Amino acid sequence: MSTKRIEKIVGKAIPMPRDDIDTDRITPARFLKSITFEGIEKALFCDERENTPDHPVDNPAHKGANMMFVGKNFGSGSSREHAPQALKRFGIDVLIGVSFAEIFAGNCFAIGVPLGVASADDVNALIRQAQEEPETHFTVDIGNSTVSYGDRVIPIDIQETRKAAFLAGTWDMLANLRGNLPQVEEVATRLPYVTNFDSEAQ
Amino acid sequence: MSKNTLYDKVWDSHTVARLDSGQDQIFIGLHLIHEVTTPQAFGMLKEIGSGVAFPGRTIGTVDHIIPTLSQIRPYEDDQAERMMAALEQNVNEFGVRFLHLDSGKQGIVHVIGPELGLSQPGMTIACGDSHTSTHGAMGSLGFGIGTTEVGHVLATQTLALNRLKVKRIEVTGALSPGVTPKDVTLRVIHDLGIKGGLGFAYEYGGDVFDAMSMEGRMTVCNMSIEGGARIGYVNPDQTTFDYLEGREFSPEGEAWERGVAYWREIASGDDAEYDDVYEIAGESIEPMVTWGINPGHSVGISQPLPEVGSFAGEDRKTAEHGYEFMDLRPGESILGTKVDVAFLGSCTNSRISDLREGARLMKGNKVHPGVRMLVVPGSQQVKQQAEDEGLHEVFTEAGAEWREAGCSMCLGMNPDKLVGAERSISTSNRNFIGRQGSPRGRTHLGSPAVVVSSAVAGCIADPREMGEQA
Repeated sequence: MSTKRIEKIVGKAIPMPRDDIDTDRITPARFLKSITFEGIEKALFCDERENTPDHPVDNPAHKGANMMFVGKNFGSGSSREHAPQALKRFGIDVLIGVSFAEIFAGNCFAIGVPLGVASADDVNALIRQAQEEPETHFTVDIGNSTVSYGDRVIPIDIQETRKAAFLAGTWDMLANLRGNLPQVEEVATRLPYVTNFDSEAQ
Repeated sequence: MSKNTLYDKVWDSHTVARLDSGQDQIFIGLHLIHEVTTPQAFGMLKEIGSGVAFPGRTIGTVDHIIPTLSQIRPYEDDQAERMMAALEQNVNEFGVRFLHLDSGKQGIVHVIGPELGLSQPGMTIACGDSHTSTHGAMGSLGFGIGTTEVGHVLATQTLALNRLKVKRIEVTGALSPGVTPKDVTLRVIHDLGIKGGLGFAYEYGGDVFDAMSMEGRMTVCNMSIEGGARIGYVNPDQTTFDYLEGREFSPEGEAWERGVAYWREIASGDDAEYDDVYEIAGESIEPMVTWGINPGHSVGISQPLPEVGSFAGEDRKTAEHGYEFMDLRPGESILGTKVDVAFLGSCTNSRISDLREGARLMKGNKVHPGVRMLVVPGSQQVKQQAEDEGLHEVFTEAGAEWREAGCSMCLGMNPDKLVGAERSISTSNRNFIGRQGSPRGRTHLGSPAVVVSSAVAGCIADPREMGEQA
């Protein structure tokens, strides 16, 4: 499978200030009944967009944005990859937030969407900037772990191991995992439950 | 860093390699698959021309989309029918064992894994569902994963994972009468918060867990993810072995003896070290019910709803949003809040012990005329067992609906949904906005006992007071 290097992302941002935005809200369950991810971007925050006339995703000022600024514990709850797929297919290439849920973060890495963690104060400053001056172009520099606009530079934390993989274009782990199939066999042979504790079969 | 815990031992024995990414490549002992998170993963295998690396270590069933009323094919919902057909085709094409509806063993993946003896201590278990943490009750590590990762497991039987820290959650003493494992897990999430487990595996222990049944441990481990912990587990002990003995996939004879010896070894040692420890006195836990929009928004059922000012920072805004959405006010009692729907089911609370507890309280009572109650067993085997014991008659005579096995009203992927702004009391695991299928639907989480007492009263009611009314 092809993967690409991810070094720098420049563009406008959608501000999503609330904490604890769960994956049921990002992509409601009824949109999980498709056997492909094609078109899943239509489900992005669709229920709350319907009930919120000025939802940031629909705000024309944020049209064309390719990053999202979020609060704490973004992506909590269900493991559905539909949530990061919807964000990515909608055009979001990177998210900056105070913290991310574990499974959501793994899913984002698996599909090549970097996550940057910043302090609550810094994230609030980014959110305010995107709200007050939505035309602002932000630059997320993966290698230097910063997000900047104007003359302001904010440090972000990108998990070292994931950062290296984005920069080298090796974030698609499948090839790596497949390369070790002989060692996988060895581990399987060592684990007694693989033969259901039948010692002769080992 | 933790040392000599079950987590450390299982992790080390399953490590295939250290990847360039710095992550560990971990062998997955059991892969459970279902209809929702697999079609794109099988598609990926086809794209790269790969088969399933260890087809014998993968087993499939159907749970999320399946209607619980009529299961006659084709399903009324075209999309559900297409998903089902895709799964059938994929398991056939790739040679994966599949527990279909006619097997008598179909059910929610997290119910059938332990029930069939597939989930065993010392294993790593993965499934494209966040509640895979449930299997930690068996003394295994259960990883909830996304679809791309499902593809990784199918193609290589491994995952690229970051090692977690280990937090020991010690519940001392004993539970008071009327307090159940669901109340324990809601209390843990209440105390540590829904972000408290980020980056951690939870090891549950102490007198209360030593005395808890396997099914109770499953309820607690199931909701670890609601506290932010991807993994929760209980060390295997005699209760675990007694539960496993004689199940379909459990080892037998001498192999059983070897299994037990291995499982004893894999438990955390007396000298185990943890990254953190949190202690709760069992006696301080009372029946819990949620009032807001995440599982941390809960309250002891007799306590006043918390003041918004008791929450700090952004949590305060979430609490305000919760009160507004749920149409409740701080300082008031949750008791007496009218409910429209009562749901007894889901991978958290649909096992035989949950149905027995529900039926014991329901016996001789009627579901309130203003309430629609669904009782949905977690598997075909649970359903059969309940019917053999006559539990279904207790529920139907009370006016509840007795359904076929499935995920049902936990998540709005099948016909069982809230309508409009209906308010439910539910044994499921998430009270997120829109979770039960209606964008305006409101969910209160509680134990099977709280769901039955509330179904009978027509409003949220304390199950400990039921005996006096009856």
